[in-house]
Amino acid sequence: MKQVAYFHPALRVLHWLMAAAIIAMLFIGVLMVSTISSLHSLLVSIHKPLGMMILVLVVVRLWLRFYTATPALPASLPAWQRAMAHLSHWALYAMMLAQPLIGWAMLSAAGYPVSLGSGFVLPPILPVNNDWYAILRPLHSLVALALFITVMLHLAAALLHALILRDGVFESMSGTRKR
Amino acid sequence: MTQTPFTPRQLITRLAVIALVPLLFIVLFLWGGGWLSPQRLTSDKLVGVLQQAGGEHPGFRRNHAKGICVIGRFISNGNASALSRASVFAAGETPVIGRFAIAGGNPSAPDYAVPVRSLALAFQLANGEQWRTGMNAMPFFPVSTVEQFYELQVASLPDPATGKPNPEKFKAFVQKNPEIMPFLAWAKQNVPSSSWASDRFNSLNAFRFIDKSGAAHLVRWSVVPHTAYQPIGAAQKNDNDFLQKDIQQRLAQGPLQWDLLITVAAKGDDGSHASQVWPADRQTINAGTLELSQATAQQQGPCNDINYDPLILPDGIAASDDPLLNARSAAYAKSYNARTREQAAQTGAH
Repeated sequence: MKQVAYFHPALRVLHWLMAAAIIAMLFIGVLMVSTISSLHSLLVSIHKPLGMMILVLVVVRLWLRFYTATPALPASLPAWQRAMAHLSHWALYAMMLAQPLIGWAMLSAAGYPVSLGSGFVLPPILPVNNDWYAILRPLHSLVALALFITVMLHLAAALLHALILRDGVFESMSGTRKR
Repeated sequence: MTQTPFTPRQLITRLAVIALVPLLFIVLFLWGGGWLSPQRLTSDKLVGVLQQAGGEHPGFRRNHAKGICVIGRFISNGNASALSRASVFAAGETPVIGRFAIAGGNPSAPDYAVPVRSLALAFQLANGEQWRTGMNAMPFFPVSTVEQFYELQVASLPDPATGKPNPEKFKAFVQKNPEIMPFLAWAKQNVPSSSWASDRFNSLNAFRFIDKSGAAHLVRWSVVPHTAYQPIGAAQKNDNDFLQKDIQQRLAQGPLQWDLLITVAAKGDDGSHASQVWPADRQTINAGTLELSQATAQQQGPCNDINYDPLILPDGIAASDDPLLNARSAAYAKSYNARTREQAAQTGAH
């Protein structure tokens, strides 16, 4: 595979779009379960279609990720940081893929209609089952928390590369390296 | 990488930005979850006070804990389809899973001791949508805000010393919230019926029906029994479970029926105060017949695992500005998550 300095433009667009969507989702999620204000139902009605959008986008993104050339990490990076970078990326992909599916499955297990608005309802992916719901509902919160922590670490690492190391890692995604 | 191109001051500024950006997100996240504002009224607090009032009964609902499952159908006559495009109102039949219950968090409370009764219904629409509604056998709600409801629960909590609610606290609540007076007057003169079959159940909260053109109509609904009212008698007062036995006996004889009445607000009517009824001359539409045909105990029954969240609505029905609706939805979800977890632990399935 040829050496590239940047991620594929489509991947870069998807990355920033999903970054906004996922951060919004995490905030919507934590707010909608705690608030009793009129925001509650509004947030619930955004949460489901936005989650489905993220699921579709992550599938497209993974496909692009496997079939396009990706920039190599700089040789200056110590081995442990490389390992962390790879691990956190695959953890992020895994959670982005799993979290909407867990949400869909848990709503199915509870017998809730998975309405995306205007009378459009997704089919259930699990039969109604209390024992499954009892596992999936707390799992959905747990993955959300793990995703939030990983995204924050990813953000801190990205800023470190952009502001201090200046080794081209941040630019490979932002695509703003000055020539 | 021992040499950095930055002055110490630049380095500190840059490191500060790296730390502060994620920190800002973390603080916002904690604030969103309510962890930074313990005084904020959350769904956790609402469920907490109900649990305190009814005692802890793992695996049961935090309110309306004692109930029975029923199944049946709604036979729509098509009359409400001009007001709402929801398919449940087109002429035809929709299967229904319902639940009769009494208020309170104690699943073994004597039926006669609880003046407020409820009927919850889940209409299973053909396209996978659902209409869930939790109705109560009282004409209007005691209060109209969540804060008032919470304070009312707190004021009615049993005093640890006497085991009974402190009348001084309750009096103080009434003085601060005179809005509750009509409800207290109603409760005082109300003689409960001898059967769930003869109770009228009301949505209390207002909703919006959305018609085919997208126009919204402010409505409330009630199910009005075909069975004649009989006041509660001495025999019932000696039987802790008379409501459950009665409904099972009646359903063994044949189905029971209610009319679904839609009350349409007039211009200027307010839908955000569940403690206020609209004037009696408002237009009502008989949307069809609710027919319940079979009852089963709630444990293992089809209604046990249904969260009768009043905001699970099909296209064509929407929430109103009533603040209680969002609070009910959020608190029911908490209660549902807690009891399903407890039930799974009890059956030892996992």
